[in-house]
Amino acid sequence: MQLTIDWLHYTPGSALTGGLMLGIGASLLLLFSGKIAGISGILAYVIKPTHLFSQDAAWRVLFLIGLISAGTMYPFIAALPPASIAASNPTLIMAGLLVGFGSRMGSGCTSGHGICGLSRLSLRSMVATLSFMTAGFVTTYLTLHAS
Amino acid sequence: MKNTITFLAGLIFGLGLIVSGMTNPANIIGFLDIAGNWNPSLVFVMLGGISIAFFAFRYMANKKLTLFKEPVHLPGTTHLSKELVIGSLFFGAGWALAGFCPGPALVALGMGSKQAGLFVLSMVIGMLAHDSLFKKSSH
Repeated sequence: MQLTIDWLHYTPGSALTGGLMLGIGASLLLLFSGKIAGISGILAYVIKPTHLFSQDAAWRVLFLIGLISAGTMYPFIAALPPASIAASNPTLIMAGLLVGFGSRMGSGCTSGHGICGLSRLSLRSMVATLSFMTAGFVTTYLTLHAS
Repeated sequence: MKNTITFLAGLIFGLGLIVSGMTNPANIIGFLDIAGNWNPSLVFVMLGGISIAFFAFRYMANKKLTLFKEPVHLPGTTHLSKELVIGSLFFGAGWALAGFCPGPALVALGMGSKQAGLFVLSMVIGMLAHDSLFKKSSH
């Protein structure tokens, strides 16, 4: 297999800048609230009707409002970078179900395991990250090149 | 004060997802497509995030209280389970199908994307399905 690089869409500068911001956001939550910025776990907690109005939901709701409003507020600061979603609606539904179910079963996602877990050198998170990366590479190969 | 910082942490994290390109599913699929035209940018997103968070976790590693003198909650589980691997494999397959993971999907929902909305709704159903099947407490 020959590796070819997509230089046209290769944006290491903005990727690194955005990545540093992820690190700052996760660090603020850790240093001041003592919590891990794991989006799937945070979301899974607040979507339970019995949890939503509990004391423990407060920091999660605030963090999620911040996260979602980043998308709403960004266009007021700068033009949104282009985004293209190739997936059809049935694929989006299937993907969402897998991501939701899988993140709960695997106790985390790209933020909790991939950024925070690797930063704290958690063996569980390294195994989880290797697992979802591998599944991602294989699934992409099957959807784009196997036919 | 603590509430403001928690909100800001979410806001900065969300802005970081936009700046890094994570909210564009084409970038995710470009990274996962090693057999095609590979886009390695996502490696820099992870390096950037880890290079800062690593020091925050190092600093907090042996502390029991936050800078606001409140308890720290870090995961205590260390054993490797089947569920960890199988769940992450499911997660990775879904991530590759749509090019969305939970954070970027929520940010894209905030941008008003209907497709992100459909993904988030399905993700929420997937989470609730898992937790009602396995009676897992969501911590």
